[in-house]
Amino acid sequence: MPHETTKNAAGALDVAVLVSVGRHPVTGRTRRADQDARAVEAALTLNKAHVRLIHAGRHETDSETALRGYLGMGFEGLTLIEQTRDADVLPALTSTLREAPPRLLLCGTRAETGEGSGLLPYLLAESLGWPIVTGLAEIERIEPEHVTLLQALPRGQRRRLRVRLPAVITVDEAAPAPRQSAFGPARRGRLVVSEQVSRPDAALAGWTLEPARPRPKRLKVVKAASARDRFKAAAAKAEGGGGQVLTDATPEQGAEAIVKLLQDEGVLRRLL
Amino acid sequence: MSEIVRRDPRKEWIARNRLHPEHLDVLAELGEGAAPSEWPGPNGRIRRDPHAVGFTGPNGIKRIDRSGVQQGAGRSSAGDRGDGQPARQRVEIESPAFLVAVVPDLAGGRLSSHDRDLLGLARRLADADPQAPGAVVAIVFGEARESGFAEAGVDRLVTLDEPRLAGYAPEARIAALSAIEESLSPRHWLLPDSALGGGELGRRLAARLGERPAAGLWQIEPDAGSALGWHATCRGAAGSLDIRRDLPRVALALAECAEPVSETVHAARPLAPPALPEAFSRVEDLGAVAVDPASVALGEAEFILAAGNGIRDWEGYHRAATALGATEGASRVAVDDGFMPRDRQVGATGTWVTARVYVAVGISGAIQHLQGIQRCDKVVAVNVDPGCDMIKRADLAVIGDSAAILEALVTRVEQARQEDGGKRDAA
Ligand SMILES: Cc1cc2nc3c(=O)[nH]c(=O)nc-3n(C[C@H](O)[C@H](O)[C@H](O)COP(=O)(O)OP(=O)(O)OC[C@H]3O[C@@H](n4cnc5c(N)ncnc54)[C@H](O)[C@@H]3O)c2cc1C
Repeated sequence: MPHETTKNAAGALDVAVLVSVGRHPVTGRTRRADQDARAVEAALTLNKAHVRLIHAGRHETDSETALRGYLGMGFEGLTLIEQTRDADVLPALTSTLREAPPRLLLCGTRAETGEGSGLLPYLLAESLGWPIVTGLAEIERIEPEHVTLLQALPRGQRRRLRVRLPAVITVDEAAPAPRQSAFGPARRGRLVVSEQVSRPDAALAGWTLEPARPRPKRLKVVKAASARDRFKAAAAKAEGGGGQVLTDATPEQGAEAIVKLLQDEGVLRRLL
Repeated sequence: MSEIVRRDPRKEWIARNRLHPEHLDVLAELGEGAAPSEWPGPNGRIRRDPHAVGFTGPNGIKRIDRSGVQQGAGRSSAGDRGDGQPARQRVEIESPAFLVAVVPDLAGGRLSSHDRDLLGLARRLADADPQAPGAVVAIVFGEARESGFAEAGVDRLVTLDEPRLAGYAPEARIAALSAIEESLSPRHWLLPDSALGGGELGRRLAARLGERPAAGLWQIEPDAGSALGWHATCRGAAGSLDIRRDLPRVALALAECAEPVSETVHAARPLAPPALPEAFSRVEDLGAVAVDPASVALGEAEFILAAGNGIRDWEGYHRAATALGATEGASRVAVDDGFMPRDRQVGATGTWVTARVYVAVGISGAIQHLQGIQRCDKVVAVNVDPGCDMIKRADLAVIGDSAAILEALVTRVEQARQEDGGKRDAA
């Protein structure tokens, strides 16, 4: 079922998703990047949206298989801005988006290849002058001028935000998992190549990139004045560090003390 | 008490002379009890009486404690704070050559271990040249409950406490940081590369300042050839690449990027914040959304009420968990007995939890269970047995019957909620 993407129905929200070529963490094979696929999924679940995919990079067999993974999620085409290997894709993306600005721009938080610093969405937002919001969990409602969404916080918490459109929204692992990529649509979809000048990334050329070394494990060094203290610290069983013990307290006093601690820690505040 | 040791040579002389008529009085006055085992001789050399060493133990046998506690008890020796920790050296940087700005996450109002590592990194940058030391400026949003900024290595503290910076206000915060950039122009900006907070704020800041930041930084080395004198190693490409590059002005560092400060204590002197510009915000924070605590994964939950074999009234326990808004957890016995589902088990063979507050009701604290709660900040124990291991681990322990205490908790919380509701209605 091709998504209603191609018929650019009047009144439909124009959503662009930036997709990149991912890399499987174990096998190292190219694939659709996980966060980008989640961004596409979030876009596809929107009502009455015209979704288009944009990728800036090289056009090769390897990257093409990965990009077709996105087409297999229900698209007929993908805009490929062809760039050279050492190019900084930011200028090309900025000018493409300026030419045909979407109302909503979705993308993953970090790329799985290259520098992967996660800076691109911020730079795009800064140069387009749009607001940016990270960690999308769910888009709740879209109005003509605003989008209301849930942002995923650590510890499974959610925060509701209202963002002025046009906006950039980045997606990470908190968003719903992407749908499977179907083989047929992936084969049939077209990569529409568009031309943009490639600007080489001068800074990156001056850096050395090497496979990640394992980071040294931090040693637990006990700083103590005397050898006896060091020995005690090394041989110590977990002992109570000055915990307060309420013996012979009535249940009410006990509850009072517990509630006070909970309030001090701020874990009760949300409810009260 | 002052650390300076004042000597009275005449009294020392009397203390050494057992035949002096005032000998015993002077000894008592010097606080040495019966006889000192060590004293400075007339030439400043330490004299020892081997017979006076030690004390008589409970069984009448002479004991010698070599830990130094005994001698150190009366006259606390310099360089020792008495709790076994070496005293920290006080460092004041009056006129810093440059500034290193650090924006800690302060999750829950306290410095996290990531923040401390970051401050350690900032100290390395600031103290590299002893001739021209820099100062570490911590920039804190909102009221901080942390009191240990000085020990963590902060020389100056800027507190930005304004209502419009509260909550999720990234645009206002970036405007504030830009104002600080203009007024203080620090040489380095360091932020923790954490998912929300530092990682986001730092990237926004870098985009605003037009700097290309070093993200995922985990190591720095001095390098005279680069602009700021440092070389950085960063993780890139989803952790599969190491990028070696010159250290830029803005750096987002991973946890364990440097050792936290442990030997010095700094001034943490408050600096007046600059006047903040009016920022127009396009992101509006509509507040936290109530999440069903039961749906939160146990490993992520912030507040857990865990039940063990000491629970008889399971209805009351579930009621308490709902009233407190806590995620439910359980010991293995409670799970094996079929009172709780398997995915709620905490411990070595269950989930390793990271809650900020962990309330263990009727759990004895077997080592397999304690392993699972190693990373919890505050532990509260409710138990009838004051000698069990959970009480030793707990920050607050209430001795008593679980059912009665849980019921009292429910009443207390509901009462607090009503009071609060009343207040809100009145306001
Ligand atoms: C290989 C292995 C792996 C294990 N892994 C785990 C694990 O992952 N997680 C885990 O939890 N356990 C694990 N265990 C089991 C563990 O050793 C303990 O048996 C278990 O944790 C004990 O659970 P408990 O504290 O609930 O029960 P108990 O040890 O029976 O403790 C009950 C406590 O409740 C108190 N109590 C009784 N009545 C009341 C009352 N009315 N009010 C208040 N307090 C009361 C008692 O004083 C006692 O302290 C493992 C064991 C093995 C061998």
